[in-house]
Amino acid sequence: MAESDASTTAFVERMPRHPLVWNNHSMAWISDRIAGIVENKAPLWWWVTIAITSSFAAFGIFCILYLLFTGVGVWGNNIPVGWAWDITNFVFWIGIGHAGTLISAILHLCRQKWRTSINRAAEAMTLFAVICAGIFPAIHVGRIWMVWFMAPVPNPNWIWPNFRSPLMWDVFAVSTYFTVSVLFWYLGLVPDLATMRDRAKGRVSRTIYWILSFGWRGGNRQWRHYEMAYLVLAGISTPLVLSVHSTVSFDFATSLVPGWHTTIFPPYFVAGAIFGGFAMVLTLMLPARSLYKLHDVFTWDHIDVMCKLLLLTGSIVGYAYCMEFFVAFYGANPFERFAFLNRYFGPYWWASWTMFTCNVIMPQLMWVRAFRRNWAIVFFVSMCANAGMWFERFVIFVISLHRDFLPSAWRMYYPTWVDVFTFIGTHGIFLTLFLLFIRFLPMVAMSEVKSVLPESDPHYHPPVGGGEEPVEEAHA
Amino acid sequence: MSAAAIRKPVFGIIAEFPSATTLYEAAERVRDAGFKFWDVHSPFPIHGMNKAMGLGKSPLGYIIFCGGFLGFTTAALLEFIPSSFLFPLIVHGKPVNFFTVPPFFPIMFELTVLISAFTAFFGVFILNRLPRMHHPLFDHEPFSRVTNDAFFLVIESVDPRFSETATREFLEGIGGKEVTVLYAND
Repeated sequence: MAESDASTTAFVERMPRHPLVWNNHSMAWISDRIAGIVENKAPLWWWVTIAITSSFAAFGIFCILYLLFTGVGVWGNNIPVGWAWDITNFVFWIGIGHAGTLISAILHLCRQKWRTSINRAAEAMTLFAVICAGIFPAIHVGRIWMVWFMAPVPNPNWIWPNFRSPLMWDVFAVSTYFTVSVLFWYLGLVPDLATMRDRAKGRVSRTIYWILSFGWRGGNRQWRHYEMAYLVLAGISTPLVLSVHSTVSFDFATSLVPGWHTTIFPPYFVAGAIFGGFAMVLTLMLPARSLYKLHDVFTWDHIDVMCKLLLLTGSIVGYAYCMEFFVAFYGANPFERFAFLNRYFGPYWWASWTMFTCNVIMPQLMWVRAFRRNWAIVFFVSMCANAGMWFERFVIFVISLHRDFLPSAWRMYYPTWVDVFTFIGTHGIFLTLFLLFIRFLPMVAMSEVKSVLPESDPHYHPPVGGGEEPVEEAHA
Repeated sequence: MSAAAIRKPVFGIIAEFPSATTLYEAAERVRDAGFKFWDVHSPFPIHGMNKAMGLGKSPLGYIIFCGGFLGFTTAALLEFIPSSFLFPLIVHGKPVNFFTVPPFFPIMFELTVLISAFTAFFGVFILNRLPRMHHPLFDHEPFSRVTNDAFFLVIESVDPRFSETATREFLEGIGGKEVTVLYAND
């Protein structure tokens, strides 16, 4: 990737339009490579990794049970810090999910064909992240048998929930988001499950895949409805994904706590969610790509584009941080001013500066093309973003709460071991589910990747003479 | 194909095509020949194939719109009946009548999306008559490659223009390979 004489090279030569799948692979190669992951024996690293992640998951579940049997006192939450790691983790995980929906829905509407290589894995990541997110609102009520109070039904005193409460909106937003993500993911999976069915050797596996694929036959009369459903699901998921994190941010923005009570929250949360989600997609897909030799499907061009999105959203987040600070200064509200000075120079200054460094400064490395094509740097920056986005939520929730209005009500927050291991446990749950996914389901949308091959264009004609790569036709 | 199967009624004739391009061109020929009960099968949706087959837009969009409207109505009733009539909950001294729509809106939006998504998902399979576990196509051994890299065109015997010999010749004439007669499986 040396570009010593960049100035003398024409732009087109420096940035040629690469095919989406490198090295002219055939459709059969795509099926073999991707379905082969599921059909072949699980490699050793898979067993080792899942042993570790499922141990963490088990310990996390133990922590959750300990909490449920003992009470929320096992957490470090106190008054005034009534929302601490529980809600931090909830928003962290729900944010991770947003990149999956962005890739599957918004990029589909924008006809970004490169999304086909990563959308399946990113959508699966969305589902697992939302599962992890959903744990926290459920367990943070403390008395788990009261969790049905979140449902839109009257309680035994015939009192209905307040439908105008952002917490109620959140219940609807998150449960809708999860359900729609499952449907969208599964709809995309059906043609690939049919591929698995047609490749299956054993009678049992064939029957299972047959049932899961609903007997899909790939007829154009079927594709016609399928494509319409896919388009509509993309269309409705686009406002949905934007609304979910907006609704999450309303939980805070509609309150009066200094540091929360700002109108910038919805777009700022959405940008942060997409930033954190793309970082997690890269964190998961960079190792998966190497371990399963998917370099020609999930290419450097894909990583490059995702790094640019990381840079863009990271910069939006950075703008929001600065703008929040400026508005606190300009708004002349002494409590708001104090909240922001306390954020960066108070007792939790290290959390805020970690957040700022990881989310705003580190992604700026992605301006450099050579860095975007160096897996170590990309992985490092995405890990920074993962950590930074968790710290962002910690900063917003805990720092704002721990010193609000009256100094007599101030109190520090310290996590307990249950807090820590519950959080690590959700990582275990997340990674275990993801490992099971790549083991038992095709992790790349085969039918969609095939549809972006050059020869899949009905007006494609193989190049005459010369063994050059077929040039991708510009598609209207 | 066993001897017993041959006595069964003819389902249709299948032909294989080597690529998406040839399948597309063949589909245009079949459409122009006036066939009505036929389909092309491919590992992925081929861009523009609806036009090549003379099919219009899928009606699913209208069905989903109805689903979305149902979700919207459900949410409006779910919110306004309890909040305005059954248990008017006065929070911050704000009124609870129909004029305070904005704070009720997020749930209306979410349920609109939710029911639309369910309609879209189940609509695909209902319109496609799926799940269907047995189909004459699955008896055709090469058809298992349709989800991998093969392209097929099938003309069904219910088509008024269908004739076992003429249709076979027609499919061979437009470049179909391995033209085979399929029999119905009960």
